[in-house]
Amino acid sequence: MRHPGRWVAVAVLAVLAAMFVHVLVTNDNFQWSFMVDHMFRPPVIEGLLRGTVTMTICAMLLGVSLGIVVAIMRLSSNPILRVVAWLYTWVFRAVPRLVLLAVFGNLGILWSRIEFGVPFDTQIGQLFGIDNLQLRVFGFSSRDVLTGFVAGLLGLALSEAAYMAEIVRAGIQSVDEGQTEAASALGMSRAQILRRIVLPQAMRVIIPPTGNETIAMLKDTSLLLAVPYSVELFFQLDAVGKRTFQIFPMYVAAVLWYLFLTSILLIGQYFLERHFAKGYGRTERARLRLRSITAEAGGGGGTGGDT
Amino acid sequence: MTGQPQAPQADAPEAESGLMVRAEQVHKSFGSLEVLKGVDLEVRSGEVCCLLGPSGSGKSTFLRCINHLEKINAGRIWVDGELIGYRQRGDKLYEMREKEVAAQRRAIGMVFQRFNLFPHKTALDNVTEAPLLVRREKRSEARDRAVALLERVGLGDKLHNYPSQLSGGQQQRVAIARALAMRPKLMLFDEPTSALDPELVGEVLDVMKDLARDGMTMIVVTHEIGFAREVGDSLVFMDDGVVVEQGNPREVIANPQQDRTRSFLAKVL
Repeated sequence: MRHPGRWVAVAVLAVLAAMFVHVLVTNDNFQWSFMVDHMFRPPVIEGLLRGTVTMTICAMLLGVSLGIVVAIMRLSSNPILRVVAWLYTWVFRAVPRLVLLAVFGNLGILWSRIEFGVPFDTQIGQLFGIDNLQLRVFGFSSRDVLTGFVAGLLGLALSEAAYMAEIVRAGIQSVDEGQTEAASALGMSRAQILRRIVLPQAMRVIIPPTGNETIAMLKDTSLLLAVPYSVELFFQLDAVGKRTFQIFPMYVAAVLWYLFLTSILLIGQYFLERHFAKGYGRTERARLRLRSITAEAGGGGGTGGDT
Repeated sequence: MTGQPQAPQADAPEAESGLMVRAEQVHKSFGSLEVLKGVDLEVRSGEVCCLLGPSGSGKSTFLRCINHLEKINAGRIWVDGELIGYRQRGDKLYEMREKEVAAQRRAIGMVFQRFNLFPHKTALDNVTEAPLLVRREKRSEARDRAVALLERVGLGDKLHNYPSQLSGGQQQRVAIARALAMRPKLMLFDEPTSALDPELVGEVLDVMKDLARDGMTMIVVTHEIGFAREVGDSLVFMDDGVVVEQGNPREVIANPQQDRTRSFLAKVL
């Protein structure tokens, strides 16, 4: 035998796997048929689509966009923008998501209405002897706006933006200074350089951790119960379990659902990473070399040394 | 002749016709380190000016001042009669806004030691990027011109290759085509062959010679004495942040007047 260690490992793992399967099959408390029967019920699926999948997509879209803005502010030459960006990341990275969600879910206690306008308007009005001066441009009842979904979205997206800002900043800083120099020597403006030259290259560094963030976000939607927001996968499975006193099977169902969803994200991440590795990847290089070899075999071999 | 204290002319040097670059007492410091200590230079239209000197002499920094990649601390630089990076009102200089600086840079092509091609774009896209984005050319027009330029530098068969699939010499030739696509009136070369394997230097120098023959005004920071002698119209030797000696390349190389020039040439020849 060439690799005795491997065979020992295989034997040990085989025994462990057999033990695991044994438990799954023989322990009646798993209640497999009950689980399968209940994990596809309409409320569960609705929770999955709305509170888990849609929330993940919305929170990541908002979080990534805001994160890019905060990162650019952080790298700006304007010291005020830099400080604001730093404060933002400081606050939203310091507070746990569960706590943030609870806070955003209960903002209605502070304001029954959310209004935008001149701050301290009544107070300023009193200074000039005007009673009850109101300079509010528009407003709405917080009950309408801060629904469970919106409150949850705000909590998750704002916290995500703080993490994404750090990721984007690292990505932007990973791009060689020479790229910016070459682009500005061509007369491009700073915005053009960022959008066309720096960010596309930073993406290569930004995408893998963003994939991880998306997966983490998918899992963190289970924290929405702190808002509280109930149209969400784990809340629904948990509710079924508690109602029917079959708690454990529904937890297994949750495990399987999250495994399934995460696996889909992993596949997406693979293709995204491959797209942004354009011009870097070894496979891509090999493929193109193959193409140029076949092309050169057809026409005279112009290797390019001839000017 | 030594450092050339020409009669300091009044504030209208753009009057001289045929002068592409004019630098007057350019000073530049990085922190407490003074890199340029008053550089004067004149380059006429169509001239190839080679900047020579030991590393740390400030020649690359000076080159980067010409397109305002480095802000100068004192002195003035004009390109084609236009003051670079600043606007003069009365006696005072005001720094230009970013947009105005960008506009000035369009007319000045630059080629870097480390190529600095955009790695996420093909050779063709590297060349068309700035014409499309900055000059707002039509896509077909920009593409046709880019193809012609890449053919001119001998890379007509590499249009769709990414920089990572090209050799150093090929990358540098794409970089030259990229700069030419902006139709510059002046080309700056910052040690264009220093990062290349020796056998790839020739192909890049050939492209540059071709450009020079076409009448392009070029300022070339280089260690290639042969190139300076063969193609250069003027040679400027810098050391320690000042111009030590300048003149006809063949004369300066054959018969340097300054000790520092002599000892430098003795080492590199």
